[in-house]
Amino acid sequence: MKIVADVPSPLTALDRPNSYIGRAVPRPNLARLTQGRAQYVSDVVLPRMAHVAYLRSPYAHARITRIDKTAAEKGKGVIAVVTGAELSKVITPWVGVLSHLKGIKSAPQHAVAVDRACWQGEAVCAVVARTRAEAEDACELIGIDYEELTPVTDPETALDKATPVIHPELGDNLTFERTLDAGEVDKAFRESDAVVEATFVFGRHTGVCNEPRAIVADWNPGEQRLTVYHGTQAPHMMMNLFAKHLGLEEYQVRVLTKDVGGSFGIKVHTYADEMAVVALSKLLKRPVKFVADRIESFVTDIHARDHRVKGKIGVMQDGTITAFEIDDLTGIGPYSVYPRTSGIEANQVVNLTGGPYKCPNYRARARVVFQNKNVMCQYRAVGHPIATGVTEGLVDLAAAKIGMDPAELRRKNLYPDDGYPATGASGIKFEKLSHHASLDKILAMMDYKALRADQAAARKQGIHRGIGFASFIEVTNPSAAFYGVGGARISSQDGATVRLDATGAIFIHSGVTEQGQGAEAVLAQCVASSFGVPIDRVRVITGDTDNVPYGGGTWASRAAGIGGEAAWQAGKALRQNVLAAAASILQAQPEGLDIKDGIVVDKGTDRERITLDEVARICYFRPDTLPPGFQAELMATRHYVPRAWPFAFTNGVQASYLEVDTDTGFVKLLRHWCVEDCGTVINPQLVDEQIRGGIVQGLGGALFENCLYDERGQMLNGNMADYLVPMAMEMPDMEIGHVVTPTADSELGAKGAGEAGTAGAPAAVMNAINDALRPLGAISLTEMPFTPGRILKALGKV
Amino acid sequence: MNEMCDISLTVNGERVSERVEARKSLVDFLRDDLTLTGSHVGCEHGVCGACTVRVNGEIVRGCLMLAVQCDGASVETIEGVSDSGEIADLQEAFQKRNALQCGFCTPGMLLTAQDLLSNDQTPSRDHIREHISGNYCRCTGYHAIVDAVESVAQARKGSRK
Ligand code: FES
Ligand code: FES
Repeated sequence: MKIVADVPSPLTALDRPNSYIGRAVPRPNLARLTQGRAQYVSDVVLPRMAHVAYLRSPYAHARITRIDKTAAEKGKGVIAVVTGAELSKVITPWVGVLSHLKGIKSAPQHAVAVDRACWQGEAVCAVVARTRAEAEDACELIGIDYEELTPVTDPETALDKATPVIHPELGDNLTFERTLDAGEVDKAFRESDAVVEATFVFGRHTGVCNEPRAIVADWNPGEQRLTVYHGTQAPHMMMNLFAKHLGLEEYQVRVLTKDVGGSFGIKVHTYADEMAVVALSKLLKRPVKFVADRIESFVTDIHARDHRVKGKIGVMQDGTITAFEIDDLTGIGPYSVYPRTSGIEANQVVNLTGGPYKCPNYRARARVVFQNKNVMCQYRAVGHPIATGVTEGLVDLAAAKIGMDPAELRRKNLYPDDGYPATGASGIKFEKLSHHASLDKILAMMDYKALRADQAAARKQGIHRGIGFASFIEVTNPSAAFYGVGGARISSQDGATVRLDATGAIFIHSGVTEQGQGAEAVLAQCVASSFGVPIDRVRVITGDTDNVPYGGGTWASRAAGIGGEAAWQAGKALRQNVLAAAASILQAQPEGLDIKDGIVVDKGTDRERITLDEVARICYFRPDTLPPGFQAELMATRHYVPRAWPFAFTNGVQASYLEVDTDTGFVKLLRHWCVEDCGTVINPQLVDEQIRGGIVQGLGGALFENCLYDERGQMLNGNMADYLVPMAMEMPDMEIGHVVTPTADSELGAKGAGEAGTAGAPAAVMNAINDALRPLGAISLTEMPFTPGRILKALGKV
Repeated sequence: MNEMCDISLTVNGERVSERVEARKSLVDFLRDDLTLTGSHVGCEHGVCGACTVRVNGEIVRGCLMLAVQCDGASVETIEGVSDSGEIADLQEAFQKRNALQCGFCTPGMLLTAQDLLSNDQTPSRDHIREHISGNYCRCTGYHAIVDAVESVAQARKGSRK
């Protein structure tokens, strides 16, 4: 095993002396994490800190007719028992809509339910006590009466006249609808040699971050300031929202985000129970802590996916795809989640379906409907696994129908690598992708011919193996087009401030955050390279709204591409400043100097002129010796936002090789491959591990994960024993390859890589299972997760 | 339910005497009473393994054991095995191989890996996967963890020769 694939960058555009770009430098913050010295929010303890526990609705839909706090207030250690109505005097409700999602609607949501609970698990009363255990004890003493209301739990009937409307003032249960009709779809289907239809179902997933959501809020009336320790992906966004709904100014709020035990999009939303914590701290004038336990995580952490998509593809006998059509229906919770809305995933499905293929005829409808279930919102690879599942599932069905090899059919229809820029049928814009190079590479990596031979040989022995492909595109580096244009105060730009300290070391303050992806390593690599110091001289500071440039945080695969570029530019700017200072000390021309390995050298000859610590010493302690009128500026800030393209689309392809036990219905994943093009690879090891982790998250959805609800809106498997997640034993080794097509929108050329794995893995597995079972006459499996029961049913065995 | 009990035990080699609620789990005791926050709480129902610690030399789930059950026991946590240097090679391999992302699973994963390597000196990849299959990691996809553990097994074998 090669521990570190450390290859210096071959890229001339970034060809700085001792560049760290393209190298697998280890992350600076790992040692303490391996030693149990991390600082997760769940570890935070403050003086006078109290703990909150919530009484949660056991009903999916119920009117709260009485709350009696008397007994609970007398509970041991209890500090306060607070109802939704009481808390609504401290914090205002919110509505999760965006103006660019035309017609999207939702109802005001409160921090703690007022009068009515709309899903099982919604907080209906808060208890603050000295310890969490005491707060939980007192929850049991609250007297509460409910009048059960009819829950809406089937998306298929949510819009029927006979179905009650969850929020009568909205008129119906439709949150959002989008339709699209491009090209000549009906004509294309009419003229196709074959048309294939299928209905794809995607289970309801949730993030199951290893560290549950955690927050400590500390309102200090003496300072009139709120300090929030928060495991969030978007500190500035949360600062804005806490201020807005508590009636404070943004500068009165400080959000601190240190170590976060996994996020994956789960920790980038407004959670009612977290808004309640900041309000309780304000009310009680002391720190209040909330850490969701696993059981409440399952019914309150956002869920995602849960789409039913009817799909249709037209194809000619020569393999040309003529048209795609989809009808997507998704049932979210009773509220659209604030501030990013619960309409984005369906919107993405419309944008991305058919995306890798040059087929101009495309019709889509997506409807998002309210349900009395836990809320749904954006989770890693938003919409991508659904769009990729539908597209790639249809492509494989079409290939089978006309008897063409699935790799061949893809090759025939993928956008040509020299055909860019291009615009997809849905209107999405591609700067430059590499579908064909990626497909060629993966076929070589997996030795496709040999694998088909192995499959055939195994088949003769009654062993049923399958190969499945999934080409995909991924949205990364979003510009303001994602949220800003819709009116949300979510920054798409990010900034970096770099500073030379008095000993010649570098500090970076960045608006992106670290939740394990390696953002801090990437920032250090960028600045070490563009400024010119050894990377161990660089210290990175993130996650403190008082002390970092205003930024968006880490989501939508943006930290490296956007935060990294800002850091790269800031490093360059500081180099100019430092060279100006060095030049004035040396009485040289700044243009003739450079910084290499922490030493100012003559450009070209690398002759050493002065060390950085000497420059810093003179500038900080003996500025009197500098020429009159010269002021050294040893700090520089730069910001970056993509401007030329709304998103930096990336592309790639995955392949799965697996074996289905036709007696038990169990799937054994044998191998998995992914070739991905995220542009410039800043750190190959971190990119590969993002992809591997993402793949496994996708495999979980393909094989195990599903939040099951009964018709009364009760979640049936809300614990880790019943909601199955991927564990080491069931997961395969994964081979990752790269094609490099940098974006010209930034100097670094880096696009995102965080969601590619999750985008493609489920489709690859689905296609592999069907490839294994098709010769046995099985019905095509299109409903995830592919449980043993469903597989046996498709085989006609149960 | 809220009955208090006195317990005496050794934690990372230090003698500890505390009064704890009978219902308190070992991991809550370590985290809250002794501020040893390196052991984590991921599920509190025995599935995720984030709370893995060693009691009398055996790895256990700190959320499934009560503090009072450890009266007289010797408990070791990630802080202890880090300070003693016992797993320094595993920690270094995890860092080099990026076998952790958020790091929340890592203390439990390291103790579980050390348990495997101290009993089975050259495990296969499948055997490594099986042994850590009670430790949930949402971030890495496990591949890098298996690589790191495998590399340490090989290195330790080499140094024994
Ligand atoms: S917290 Fe103990 S196994 Fe999850
Ligand atoms: S590194 Fe995050 S759970 Fe394992």
